[in-house]
Amino acid sequence: MPTLWLVLFLLLLSTLGFFAGRARALKSAGGDPRKLHSLPVYYGLNVALSGLVPALGVLAVWLLAQPMLIDTRVSSLLPEDSIPADLTRDLVMSDVRRVAEGLDIAVGQGALSEAEVGALKAGSSDIRARLGEVGVALGSDVRPEVLAAARSYRALSHTGTLVMAAVVAGLSLAGLAWSYARTHRDYRARNVVERGVLALLILAASLAILTTIGIVLSMLFETANFFGLHDWRDFFFGSTWAPNFRGDSELSILPLLWGTLYISLIALLVSVPIGLFAAIYLSEYAGKATRSFAKPLLEILAGIPTIVYGLFALLTVGPMLADIFGKGGALGVDWMAGATSVLTAGVVMGIMLIPFVSSLSDDIINAVPQSMRDGSLGLGATRSETVRSVVLPAALPGIVGAVLLAASRAIGETMIVVMGAGAIAKFSLNPLESMTTITTRIVSQLTGDTDFASPETLVAFALGLTLFVLTLGLNVLALYIVRKYREQYE
Amino acid sequence: MNDMSRVERAVEIKQTKMECRDCHVYYGDTHAIKNVNVDIEDKTVTAFIGPSGCGKSTFLRCLNRMNDTIAGARVEGSFMLDGEDIYDKRVDPVQLRAKVGMVFQKPNPFPKSIYDNVAYGPRIHGLARNRAEMDEIVEKALRRGAIWDEVKDRLDAPGTGLSGGQQQRLCIARAIATEPEVLLMDEPCSALDPIATAQVEELIDELRQNYSVVIVTHSMQQAARVSQKTAFFHLGQLVEFGETGQIFTNPEDPRTESYITGRIG
Amino acid sequence: MTDLTPDAAPGRRHGGSLLTLDARTRRRNRAEARFRAYGIGAILIGLLMLVVLVVTIVSRGTGAYTQTFVTLDVELLENKLDKKGTRDIEAIKKVSTFGYTPLINAAFETAAQKAGIETALKPKDQAAILSKSAAAQLRDYVLADPSRIGQTVSFRFLANSRVDGYLKGRVTRESIANDKSISAEQLDFVDQLIAAGMIRKTFNLDFILGSDASDQRPEAAGMGVSMVGSLFMMLVVLVLALPIGVAASIYLEEFAPKNWLTDVIEVNISNLAAVPSIVFGILGLAVFINYMHLPMSAPLVGGLVLTLMTLPTIIISTRASLKSVPPSIRDAALGVGASKMQAVFHHVLPLAAPGILTGTIIGLAQALGETAPLLLIGMVGFIASNPPDGIAAGLLSPNSAMPAQIYEWAKRADPAFYERAWGGIIILLVFLVTMNTLAVILRRRFERRW
Repeated sequence: MPTLWLVLFLLLLSTLGFFAGRARALKSAGGDPRKLHSLPVYYGLNVALSGLVPALGVLAVWLLAQPMLIDTRVSSLLPEDSIPADLTRDLVMSDVRRVAEGLDIAVGQGALSEAEVGALKAGSSDIRARLGEVGVALGSDVRPEVLAAARSYRALSHTGTLVMAAVVAGLSLAGLAWSYARTHRDYRARNVVERGVLALLILAASLAILTTIGIVLSMLFETANFFGLHDWRDFFFGSTWAPNFRGDSELSILPLLWGTLYISLIALLVSVPIGLFAAIYLSEYAGKATRSFAKPLLEILAGIPTIVYGLFALLTVGPMLADIFGKGGALGVDWMAGATSVLTAGVVMGIMLIPFVSSLSDDIINAVPQSMRDGSLGLGATRSETVRSVVLPAALPGIVGAVLLAASRAIGETMIVVMGAGAIAKFSLNPLESMTTITTRIVSQLTGDTDFASPETLVAFALGLTLFVLTLGLNVLALYIVRKYREQYE
Repeated sequence: MNDMSRVERAVEIKQTKMECRDCHVYYGDTHAIKNVNVDIEDKTVTAFIGPSGCGKSTFLRCLNRMNDTIAGARVEGSFMLDGEDIYDKRVDPVQLRAKVGMVFQKPNPFPKSIYDNVAYGPRIHGLARNRAEMDEIVEKALRRGAIWDEVKDRLDAPGTGLSGGQQQRLCIARAIATEPEVLLMDEPCSALDPIATAQVEELIDELRQNYSVVIVTHSMQQAARVSQKTAFFHLGQLVEFGETGQIFTNPEDPRTESYITGRIG
Repeated sequence: MTDLTPDAAPGRRHGGSLLTLDARTRRRNRAEARFRAYGIGAILIGLLMLVVLVVTIVSRGTGAYTQTFVTLDVELLENKLDKKGTRDIEAIKKVSTFGYTPLINAAFETAAQKAGIETALKPKDQAAILSKSAAAQLRDYVLADPSRIGQTVSFRFLANSRVDGYLKGRVTRESIANDKSISAEQLDFVDQLIAAGMIRKTFNLDFILGSDASDQRPEAAGMGVSMVGSLFMMLVVLVLALPIGVAASIYLEEFAPKNWLTDVIEVNISNLAAVPSIVFGILGLAVFINYMHLPMSAPLVGGLVLTLMTLPTIIISTRASLKSVPPSIRDAALGVGASKMQAVFHHVLPLAAPGILTGTIIGLAQALGETAPLLLIGMVGFIASNPPDGIAAGLLSPNSAMPAQIYEWAKRADPAFYERAWGGIIILLVFLVTMNTLAVILRRRFERRW
């Protein structure tokens, strides 16, 4: 891990810089800290930060940019005719990377020396076997072009890393020297340090935006690749989801969307009435004791990880429903073939969402001013009449927002549907059949061996992007509604 | 207090509507009302006055059992409405509140149309058999609430869009739409400007012809202007109760005098 | 008493006694009672679900904490293991696990004779009640100290999962009708061994500390290594999310000017908090693995993904606790000549620390239970058989994580693994409950009312 050592080196340098800067400032003031513009510690910090921050910044950017630059360089070294007809340039490049990585590991473990690596010939010595010994399995024998490319890949990486270390260390030293030279009793160290810290704070805050941009860009690029390989009309308007390896997959989102929405609908049918009534009872009827007892208990349901609900669906609810509706079941009907079904996933997801709906609605119902309730009760309305005709209508926008948030949760939920819904993409109204969802297909297309050049893998990014847009839209709408609602009573 | 002479003094003996004896209210450990005895007469405006926190609002809320909605509140003593104990086990507070209506300190129209605000009470109590009857009830209540002329063209507009004074008169109209026998008003003008206050006070004076009105106020002038009987509360106790004119001009208790002259409060 | 005569004016109804309820009030009270019952019902359904969930987890998961062991005296025959008698470790290594099987078969034969058990089973079938790891266990023992060859040593072998299931009641003579890996005769033999005191079910520490095993040996699978994987991920999350989250919150709460950029950041954060977790997995796969070529299945990558996912939670709770520090504290610090930065770092931040800590713990707990993004970065489908040696390996070498391990077991269609999945959930929940309790205690202890 040369990067780790580099970072440790930088940290060490700046620690030294801290003490040096502090000492120099004190010296310039004749050892009397009262004569300094700022506290001595700020002079130290100023030197340390100017040695650390720019260097670390360059390091981060370098680490991000280097792989891309080297990829492009090496890729351009591969002659066009060296790429077999059944492979793409990207695939050959991943072979190159793998060989280079394997050689690195082999050298690192001492199985090969640098000289031996230089002497390796694709034909004569069996690279595949040698690399297999150190634990790097290759799919096929290494061709000469690939080996050559891997060598230059390694060479470039090595040079890149060396240059990076030199540049970063140099930058750090330069920063230290520059700020050390400027350290003087009249230097406004505190103001400089504070400006620097503020910049760091801003950087941290903008990470949220970077994450969003990262999400959108990463999915957008791969989605664009996907639409380059697969007709977008089939994706959006087709009717069949049938990936296969022959290259004529039908990849339409519509059956998946149907499954997703159907399961979410059932989840909402379970969670909204129960959650809403629970919230009404807790905020309008329950005494303090009941409230302080029931509310946290219900909220435990929200803190249980989704994998637990998934297991519950797969091993408890599913078999139970199959015992009722399945062959030889309690009802004597044969409506359910296996344990996985829309109903299984929907019901379990509904249970998961009960506390979500109830605590959101509870907040919203509590925001309705007490004077409204007094007005209604003072007219001789019963509590339920008050709730139905005054409180709920007043809270309606907020509750709609809460339900939308719950819907967005349901649409994006993964583990419960992966384990409880099944894997069959189809349009059906029967809730006892197993169906599949967007999230389950993302998981199944992206786990195991992924090949970023095939539409069957890339479709996951298009699905992910659709999911992101869908949930984002619901969230923005819901947050907007809830915010408007709160403003009304503030 | 020179406007006191304007108020007509009722001298004839009136029928007692509500009779409260040995009343105590506790909030948890706090003894909020101590041994209060008051008679509320029919077709009379009774004012409860006193410094903040003296318990006048608490006592008012006992009269239609609104204290039931507060956790930890406990009421003792006898409250008779037309000779029936309103705290009797057989009494449903819902039915009681239809007879003893209430108007609150802050105007609290429901987030519904003006029409639906007024129709709400009659609807839950089933006072109208069809739409035409409901229209009639709503119009009558709005007229009695002295707000009909201002809203008759926009009955479908939201009640929350009215001005403060209009909202409070709408709330009064809403309260009288159920034809209560007693109307409780908890500082109905404290959130209103002087002009709106004058309108509401005028309205209270008119309401006296049909209802028994109990009004809590911390404005002594208001008590003097609108009421015939006045009760002075201090620290949870009823200090003095009698004809408004007598309380203001010739109080028996030194505490009442101190309050009226502004030494306590 | 009510004058509901047709000619009565609308709006008039009272006059009746308060002490008698009219029909309408009675009807309304019934509606009221119904409504209230719905509310109670909803709460009870919610609580019932909680109880069902907990009871299911406990009743189906506790089995994983006990395991069936067979105690057997094995003679380490020299003529099988070290024919030349040189005790040369290289020569002994040449004997594969297959060479140890006869020793176990022989041990069963001897044991059956000694205990007076009569069975029609061949020794090979008797030995089949052991886990497939038994021979390897024997071999490891011998290789650790070749001088033991020739002795008779008492071993505690794992019984295979069917026998284990038989002792736990999961496997019965009816349920094995179509099961090729165990027969009714073998169960009879097990019964006799139990009577002879050679088979016993005891507490299984290996489930908590051990590593995962291949899908042929559910009896040997444990949570330990995946727990280490989770631990390393949480370390990454803590080290990255806490400082970044606090820094971002301080900026947004204390320094950010009110402009469109700040608005965009705020809206962004509240939306990120609601983005489905699987989307973060896609981000991790595309950016960390596919673009930056970080190793697949590494806890470092898992930690990075979970950091991005947890950041909004931490930022939201940190901002809330910063907001709860009254402005008078800032004014006081500024009033004695501190800079804004000093006021924040010397006064506001320490006062908000308990709240920040609570929010961080809750965020960590959320990250600890998250599974979906881990599926995409390859932390599932991988048998975490060895604990990492050292911090760098812990971060970079492939590993699993607790929820991913549970999912992995749930996928293997063998009831013995289901039991382990439920058992794993108990461990996961113990961690979550501990963390949340800690958060509650911190909040109670340091909560300040301004």
